[in-house]
Amino acid sequence: MRAVLLAKDQISVLLAALLQGRKLFAPVDDGGVIAFRQVDSLQEVVLDYHNSTVPPKRLFFPQTETLFRYGLEGEQLALAEPQPASGEKVLFGVRPCDARSFTLLDRVFTGGNHCDGCYQARRENFTVVGLACTRPRAECFCTSVGGGPFSTAGSDVLVTDLGTDYLVEAVTDKGAALLEGLSGGREADEDSIRRRAEAQAAAEAALRGEINTEDVKLKLQEMWDDPFWDRLHEKCIGCGACTYLCPTCHCFDIVDEGSEQRGRRVKIWDSCMFPSFTLHASGHNPRPTGKERWRQRLMHKFRYWPEDHGEVGCVGCGRCVVDCPVNLDIRQVLHDVEALAKKVE
Amino acid sequence: MMTAENPYLPSPMRVEKVTVETEDRSIKTFDLSFIRTEDEQAFRYLPGQFAQLSVFGKGEAPFGIASSPTTSGLLQFSVSRIGLLTRALHQMEPGDLVGIRGPLGSSFPLQDMEGKDLLVIGGGFAFTTLRSLINYVLEKDNRGRFGKLTVVYGARTPGMLLYKDELEGWRQRSDLEFHVTVDAADNGWKGRVGVVPNAVSDVAPAADNTYAIVCGPPAMTRYTLPVLEKLHFPPERVVLSLEMKMKCGIGMCGRCNIGSRYVCRDGPVFTLAELRRLPPEY
Repeated sequence: MRAVLLAKDQISVLLAALLQGRKLFAPVDDGGVIAFRQVDSLQEVVLDYHNSTVPPKRLFFPQTETLFRYGLEGEQLALAEPQPASGEKVLFGVRPCDARSFTLLDRVFTGGNHCDGCYQARRENFTVVGLACTRPRAECFCTSVGGGPFSTAGSDVLVTDLGTDYLVEAVTDKGAALLEGLSGGREADEDSIRRRAEAQAAAEAALRGEINTEDVKLKLQEMWDDPFWDRLHEKCIGCGACTYLCPTCHCFDIVDEGSEQRGRRVKIWDSCMFPSFTLHASGHNPRPTGKERWRQRLMHKFRYWPEDHGEVGCVGCGRCVVDCPVNLDIRQVLHDVEALAKKVE
Repeated sequence: MMTAENPYLPSPMRVEKVTVETEDRSIKTFDLSFIRTEDEQAFRYLPGQFAQLSVFGKGEAPFGIASSPTTSGLLQFSVSRIGLLTRALHQMEPGDLVGIRGPLGSSFPLQDMEGKDLLVIGGGFAFTTLRSLINYVLEKDNRGRFGKLTVVYGARTPGMLLYKDELEGWRQRSDLEFHVTVDAADNGWKGRVGVVPNAVSDVAPAADNTYAIVCGPPAMTRYTLPVLEKLHFPPERVVLSLEMKMKCGIGMCGRCNIGSRYVCRDGPVFTLAELRRLPPEY
């Protein structure tokens, strides 16, 4: 695969090339909130960020999405589907943890017996350019959950900041095609590959506190009734911020907006941390308190995901740690589960 | 992977008939017919499966299919008036339009049940998909594929029994052993009185070569399972159907899981052996 070395100031050449005939989505600073938006000019793009405040998953799995519009007239039902996304798009500057989250969401929305065609169309229209993570945050733990600061999973191209220049590497055929028209820069040499390896080693070394997710899974399989759950949730206020900021959380609600005659059916993000999430119409609720809901959130990511897909449902981005209003730290929770496992032994 | 499509598009159906089933008018059966022939041909289901019914402007909810696939031309759903959507459904009249997505979920394990005796145990409103199964088994072409059919069905009062005309027909048949019981009798009731678990205990069907299929309120199920155990039914041959709040119906929206299994995708039909391997969260 092609690898190109670009001088630092030439990144604008790359971005300008990407803008030609494509829609470019890149991180922008919106009053202190870093988020992925469509950009029209290169000046808007922010590249010196740790990670975006909100994950880019909404580009494929929007927070609110019209499934169809309906109109009823007598015996006639008219359903209008949204137009499938069209046109080539580039998502630039995604950190490897978030890029990897796309491969997990793919399993949910396109990997089973049913396929969400709208999600799939959006995925296919996008080429993902990852930005290697040379300065992980204190809250990051990607290497504990099967990822890494230089992981290429989910990226078509990986860009690495080497200090004086950028190394731009094609990861997939789609990524190679994106780089085909790129002029400027020079082919990567041995020195740049060596510097890349050094940057990777430094970034990995900065990620401390490994968690053994296999041990966690095995322990979770036997601690359904453990008193551990009685205390864990007590601090939690059930705000759901952890799930809304999570790049792999995929739960949603479906609601109708409109009258009986016309309106739309909408798919909208939901959260397992909310009491109404599992509340039956009869009043019965299989997860009536924060205890059951926290157990579900942890079990889903670290027991059910591995059982179902062979991978944990967490990419270690640390957003739920950074933004939890009561400082519940999922890494500490996992370490506590590990400690329980050791105690039994 | 299936071809990319919008899995959330419902097909239109017309309400043909509305039958009030119970004396308190809380349960109605809706006969629905497809508007488009291609939708009717595509809707191939088996007893135990469910579908999502839409009332436009109100939303969608999952319902077990009460008709048997051997009945062509219409689908039936028996709906208890309990929440927002079921209230809206109960106001529907013949000629009104609803939407449907399905069939969804697993059916009763008909292939495994072939050649076996069947013990069908139902209580209250959950009898709907069992009724589908009974009518499927009683169909002339299917009857020979299964052994003896025993049905134990209970309701709180005689007025709360579903499908009363049909029950009368089953009573007359010789290829079906039918036991009806009510928790509390009224003046006209000449039949059995008592709860379903006791009736099962009295009837005491042999467990050899028999599948027990159990659908009912949680209390009925809880007290019936020990009776079946005492009768030596192995958990692999005890079949249950679960209810859970659902939205997508296709294993994506994340709310109906029990452990790593989704009730919509991997159920709603499970054997007791399967359920015992899952966390008790339902």
